Amino acid sequence: MRQPLLVVKGLQTHFELRQWGFLRLGSVRALDGVDFTLDAGESAAVVGESGCGKSTLARTLLGIYRPTAGEAWFAGQSLARLQGRALKEYRARVGYVQQDPYGALPPFMTVRRALAEPLIIHGVRGRAERERRIAAALEEVGLGASPEVQESYPHQLSGGQQQRVVIARALLLRPRLIIADEPVSMLDASVRVEILDLLQRVQTEHGIALLYITHDLSTVRHYAQRVMVMYAGRLAEQAPVESLLARPQHPYSEALLAALVDPEAGNADQERQVPQGEPPNLLNPPAGCRFHPRCPKFMAGTCDRKEPPAFEPFSGHLAACWLRRGQ
Amino acid sequence: MSQNGRERSPMSPWREGFRRLRRYPSALVGVLIIAGLVGTALYAVLAMPYSEAQKLWRGGEVWYDLPVNASPVWLDRLTGGQAPPTLKVSSRDAVTTTREFENVTIQQLILPFDFYYQQFPSELNLFLEADFTQRQPFVRLAWHTPDGLEIPLGARRIGAAERISISQDQILTRRLGLPPQIGLFAQDQSSGVAPGQSPAVRQGSYQLVLETVHFEPDTEIRAELVAYGRVHGLAGTDHQRRDLLVALLWGTPVALAFGLIAAVGTTVTTLVIAAAGVWYRGWLDAAIQRLTEVNIILPLLPILVMVGTLYSTSIWLMLGVVVALGIFSAGIKMYRAMLLPIREAPYIEAARAYGAGGGRIVLRYMVPRVLPVLIPTFVTLIPTYVFLEASLAVLGLGDPVLPTWGKVLHDAQTQSALYHGFYYWVVGPALLLMLTGLGFAMLGFALDRVFNPRLRNL
Repeated sequence: MRQPLLVVKGLQTHFELRQWGFLRLGSVRALDGVDFTLDAGESAAVVGESGCGKSTLARTLLGIYRPTAGEAWFAGQSLARLQGRALKEYRARVGYVQQDPYGALPPFMTVRRALAEPLIIHGVRGRAERERRIAAALEEVGLGASPEVQESYPHQLSGGQQQRVVIARALLLRPRLIIADEPVSMLDASVRVEILDLLQRVQTEHGIALLYITHDLSTVRHYAQRVMVMYAGRLAEQAPVESLLARPQHPYSEALLAALVDPEAGNADQERQVPQGEPPNLLNPPAGCRFHPRCPKFMAGTCDRKEPPAFEPFSGHLAACWLRRGQ
Repeated sequence: MSQNGRERSPMSPWREGFRRLRRYPSALVGVLIIAGLVGTALYAVLAMPYSEAQKLWRGGEVWYDLPVNASPVWLDRLTGGQAPPTLKVSSRDAVTTTREFENVTIQQLILPFDFYYQQFPSELNLFLEADFTQRQPFVRLAWHTPDGLEIPLGARRIGAAERISISQDQILTRRLGLPPQIGLFAQDQSSGVAPGQSPAVRQGSYQLVLETVHFEPDTEIRAELVAYGRVHGLAGTDHQRRDLLVALLWGTPVALAFGLIAAVGTTVTTLVIAAAGVWYRGWLDAAIQRLTEVNIILPLLPILVMVGTLYSTSIWLMLGVVVALGIFSAGIKMYRAMLLPIREAPYIEAARAYGAGGGRIVLRYMVPRVLPVLIPTFVTLIPTYVFLEASLAVLGLGDPVLPTWGKVLHDAQTQSALYHGFYYWVVGPALLLMLTGLGFAMLGFALDRVFNPRLRNL
């Protein structure tokens, strides 16, 4: 049964550019009207090029950036209205796994200390209780709770181990949602699968919802149930994984799929259809559909006039493209 | 965990840093010097409580025992001199013979002492005490030289407690043709010492004979002859008969405490304020920056001179002003530059995401990151403040109560110590100041080399 955990409606996060502190030069529309729903225990991937607003989405949902407009509800509570204790409480319910595992751990803290921090902040007073939860979290992520591990400093661990510590930290406060912002893009290819498997395991075991942000469509199939394709601060398409991979409805998704590396050596010299040009300038995005300057199926007079709403060509498969208008 | 990681026992960056520090001989020398200074400071505080040091330094009867401007004993002996130290003979060691008459007792006290030195004493005083009820006793003094000569020193009544300054006796000076402290110890003048040439010391056993006449049966007379020397102790004395060792010993804890408190007070608060400005940004940061820019151009020393002249020269007030003016120093700019990239570090973002508040981020996440750079700066800063305190004292703005190295230098300067050849008076405190600077500098530079490269790979 579907039980929505996170409901996002028209979420916008703009960054104002100012000169000399007061002259407004305009604003960067990093996130410009995003709607989606994430169910409890569901794992969804957000895919897009760098600079498309994926990380801004993560940080806005974490309460690090204040949204400019729009709303997000977490378990029925509006994020924009969270203050003080409620905000802190919300932050305990949402775990965060970052891209750079080494940077994500304070270099001057031992693993034990780094893991104790969130517990101390959220009022776990007893030292024994903290030790127990830290040990349990380390066991869970497969590092083992030996004192040797707990006394290590981040620079003494490998990248994969560091990311396991980061995941342990995200799990410590028993979250209902984990936001993983490119969790494996800085790791060696050899450990990527292990880390993604680990994320998937804890997600299914604890029924945690996972928002998996990535630029790598190839990992999405195995680790997400749903995919959202982001382009220039908006969602271009969102659909169940199988549906999107089988029949992409947005030209941008098609291009992304086409750009996937084919492991078959015989196909190496096959021509790929890669969209021309660069992602648009978010300070002054193109009118109409944001993808239209690069779109191979551009329809003059339609695509450059009005922004396409989300059409639903198949049940549960949304695409913001004028091509899907009649369907 | 990797194979390599298993073998290496985890070690904190601090412990690792100190382990590497041992490879620098300069650090070791610095630590030894600092340990010596700290040991001296502890010894001073334990062996000579504050009140006693103050008493010794501000004066009182203790002074009467010490000569004026005496040089250290070891200095004299090292240069082959045979200058006399202060010699005291009291009536307790005296040979007493008593003759009883009707109503009158005549007592002869012989105060003997050996004088085998090559220089004359600097002063000669006789302290007399008598307990009588009505009639003052009477005393006649005579000086017996080793070759049997007797020089009468006059007669007088004795008060309850009295100081007879033999070396100030004008009549005796005229009679001997020399100041008494020289004339009484000089070789026979008749054997022909040309005028202007200094006479030689007659070495041997001297006696001061006191013939007292008391008129009451139970009167007791106590006498003490003090032949003030020309050398005293380890550090000598100053123009006010104060033992310089007191100031040199007690100056150590004062200097170290001043330097340490000023260095801690300025560096730690500076770092925390810089971190708070970087974290909260906005008006707080702007206010801190403007305040720092104004403060940087304010001259510290003239302000301290002004405060000292107009208000008080108490060392604690000076310390307060130094710390207050040192907080918004150029260090704020340096720490800000270091903290700005740290503010954007992913681990700070992560801390926000798990709910850390601003204060916690500043104190637990930003400040510790810069702390390794702070340690060497802090260590090299200590002597700077020690010198500052000494400079203030030399300028005459020293603490009125506490003995400090700077005040010794100030006294030496006002008394033209170098002109008179009292080098020990200047060299003692100067050497201690230099040692302090050297010790902390050697350790600080070694710490810098150990901890600063770490910052790059932290």
